[in-house]
Amino acid sequence: MTIHTPTTEAQACAVVKSVVDNRVPLTLRGGGTRAGLGRPSQAASTLSSAGLTGITLYEPAEMVIAARAGTPLETVQEALAERGQMLPFEPMDHRPLFGTDGTPTIGAVAACNISGPRRINAGAARDSLIGIRMVNGRGEMVKSGGRVMKNVTGLDLVKLVCGSHGTLGFLTEVTFRVLPKPAEIATLQWRGLSDVEGVALLSRALGSPFEPMAAAHLPAGLAGGEALTLLRLENFPDSIEYRSGELALQLGEYGVPDKLEGEHGATLWRHIRDAAFFAGTEEAVWRLSLKPTDGPKAASAIARMLPDARWFYDWGGGLVWLAVPADGDAGAAPIRAALKPLGGYATLVRAPDAVRASVDVFQPLSEPLMRVTAGIKKSFDPAGILEPGRMYAGV
Amino acid sequence: MSAIAFPAPDAGILARRDSILAGLSRLVPPQALITSDDERRPYETDALTAYRRLPLAVVLPSTTQEVAAVLRYCRDEGVPVIPRGSGTSLAGGAIPQEDAVVIGVSKMSRILEIDYANRVARVQAGVTNLAVTGAVSAEGFFYAPDPSSQLACSIGGNIGMNSGGAHCLKYGVTTNNVLGVTMVMLDGSVVEIGGSHLDAPGYDLLGLINGSEGQLGIVTEATVRILRAAEGARPVLFGFPTSEQAGAAVAAIIGAGIIPVAMEFMDKPAIEICEAFAKAGYPMDCGALLIIEVEGSDAEMDAQLARIVAIAREHGVTTVKESKSAMEAAAIWKGRKSAFGATGRIADYICMDGTIPTGQLPHVLRRMDEIVKGYGLRVANVFHAGDGNLHPLILYNCNDPVEAQKAEDAGMDILKLCVEVGGCLTGEHGVGIEKRDLMTVQFNEADLAQQMRVRAVFDRQWLLNPAKVFPLEGRVAA
Repeated sequence: MTIHTPTTEAQACAVVKSVVDNRVPLTLRGGGTRAGLGRPSQAASTLSSAGLTGITLYEPAEMVIAARAGTPLETVQEALAERGQMLPFEPMDHRPLFGTDGTPTIGAVAACNISGPRRINAGAARDSLIGIRMVNGRGEMVKSGGRVMKNVTGLDLVKLVCGSHGTLGFLTEVTFRVLPKPAEIATLQWRGLSDVEGVALLSRALGSPFEPMAAAHLPAGLAGGEALTLLRLENFPDSIEYRSGELALQLGEYGVPDKLEGEHGATLWRHIRDAAFFAGTEEAVWRLSLKPTDGPKAASAIARMLPDARWFYDWGGGLVWLAVPADGDAGAAPIRAALKPLGGYATLVRAPDAVRASVDVFQPLSEPLMRVTAGIKKSFDPAGILEPGRMYAGV
Repeated sequence: MSAIAFPAPDAGILARRDSILAGLSRLVPPQALITSDDERRPYETDALTAYRRLPLAVVLPSTTQEVAAVLRYCRDEGVPVIPRGSGTSLAGGAIPQEDAVVIGVSKMSRILEIDYANRVARVQAGVTNLAVTGAVSAEGFFYAPDPSSQLACSIGGNIGMNSGGAHCLKYGVTTNNVLGVTMVMLDGSVVEIGGSHLDAPGYDLLGLINGSEGQLGIVTEATVRILRAAEGARPVLFGFPTSEQAGAAVAAIIGAGIIPVAMEFMDKPAIEICEAFAKAGYPMDCGALLIIEVEGSDAEMDAQLARIVAIAREHGVTTVKESKSAMEAAAIWKGRKSAFGATGRIADYICMDGTIPTGQLPHVLRRMDEIVKGYGLRVANVFHAGDGNLHPLILYNCNDPVEAQKAEDAGMDILKLCVEVGGCLTGEHGVGIEKRDLMTVQFNEADLAQQMRVRAVFDRQWLLNPAKVFPLEGRVAA
């Protein structure tokens, strides 16, 4: 296994150019903490971003930060925190779920569109990513977007590449818009609600003027013996006081909420962000994105077919994290069958390599969309050398 | 003005016009096909009225299936297609050409479904932007992107141009608020992308389609996010002696961790023009004006305003004027949102749309003034201060061809300046024909070729809105 570690963009281009002719596929690597995402790598060589590090631009008053792709995520977050700012989308840390160590990089956050609980209100990584520099599969430097948050100049390749898992290009530098950190954070917690009641509560809260920044429901047995329904408020202290009072009042039929402050609330949300309830088990883990009120419907339909399934809800019910036995197709057929009448889609996040090689890790697409997908892949990477087959077999 | 070139019309297509019209008439009902000179005339331009071309025909389908049939026919016949929403593009995005068929979505104007529990609405592409908010406002909801043309512009056009507005500092632009689309591809196949859920699977085709200026397909339906409105909203006027002080106040507000829902900037010429038109009570004795809107309960707005006022005082604010009633609030916004129309009453103008890093504001304002004065013209500035999206209005007399050319040249110099300081050619209006030939200022050959190869996946023949976005020379087909 050859590992290429370019320290300049020109070197990265040269690496890609050198493998185009003999079609030696490359796997792209940041910190390696999320290497289990997607279908198993089919590449013999690795192109690493470890040699491309450092923050290249940070203008707090303009709410923008740029860094080379291999920069540790933590370095970016620390620089932002020093100026009272943060990434808006609360990126998940995959280390608990995958049992990996190593250092997550900012480039992988962009390449895999990694978001967390704040996504329901503040958007995903793709909504905050405003600029990229990358090497395409022809060994050319390509840039898209820039450093300003309002930019409609030309086709938006930034979003296309965000979440493409390295199949379209090797990111060398990424630029994100950032936000001020909230002055205060508080969590309201209701106990003992059913899935349907919990998601109904979250829907009402998200449809209120009080702007919950995160909304999750944990069925009984995940974090203690009782089900927990959670709303997170982020604001100035006087607003938090007022808004939590109004929410408790308007959602009075669900009981009186506890108010979690400080580390207890933060730990709970970190577990939700990282799906850490499923850490260290042998189960396969799926991520279902669907219409929020369909979350409980999907979960109960799946539970009828897979009685050992465990799950919880983020994004107001619209994100279901699901753990099922990893044998056979890891539940692919019953899970996708359950989603069929509802809409939405399922992604297999964690499973043994053999399973991820044999089932569709990403939701199969309609025939015309699959054709577009293959065409886009070819337009960036005609020789098929960048993470071939990572998202879809043969693409 | 005639500086922007159009491709020479395809003589073969012009010669076949009768047979093409006959072909189209077999696909749509008679009232959906417009062929007479008089009736085609309204479709010869959009809001970039200096350029016009009479299209071969105009089709106004009522269903996705009709759009599919017409697109497939045009593809088979090799006839260019110009997708059109409401025709409010300031960049010439909907201007046709003589050998092209315009496909307008204006008859597809139904709101199909509103789902408050999941905070989404499904609408046809011809629904106007404001009609979406209108349909949900009784329940306290709204659709966030709010371009100044929102009374007229369509959701389909908004998606084509990835439209923004005054409130995107907090709520984002179109691409952040569209969850799904039904799109007809050039070959007539109909694809569903996304839906009522977040983050559609696979490559982010929604992200690609938003802002693709009608070059990838025709969107006929969209699922958009609707948001619950805040309990109250209050725009406040802040008058500053100079533009520099206003700019510094904006930076300091953001630096203090406050993101107002909107921060709009107007310079002295813009204040005078808008006040004369809207009688909004703008202070006339200041060099720059900020409209800052805060949201929340009365107490929350009071608290946030107190923080903002304190910062503004540190930066020399001379006037602070709060709206005391809904009518006053509406008047404040009316002045800003009618800036283009009000300017049009006193002179012809072209409206630029570059974005700059906000730290460059004082430098760029000074340079813009020099550039425009250098051409012997005047400029009025209104823009979205929080995100650096400029809208300089260059005033000129369109009956004077020399002055018209000067105005266009000044505009191009300003856009080059935006790119030079780290910004971009267009923040929310799109490239269209207007900025097409400047694309090489912002992008190099490899950047543009990659975009064109992606475009070719959807339209190898360059039939969809072909004269737009990419320079006419050096086009890549695959």
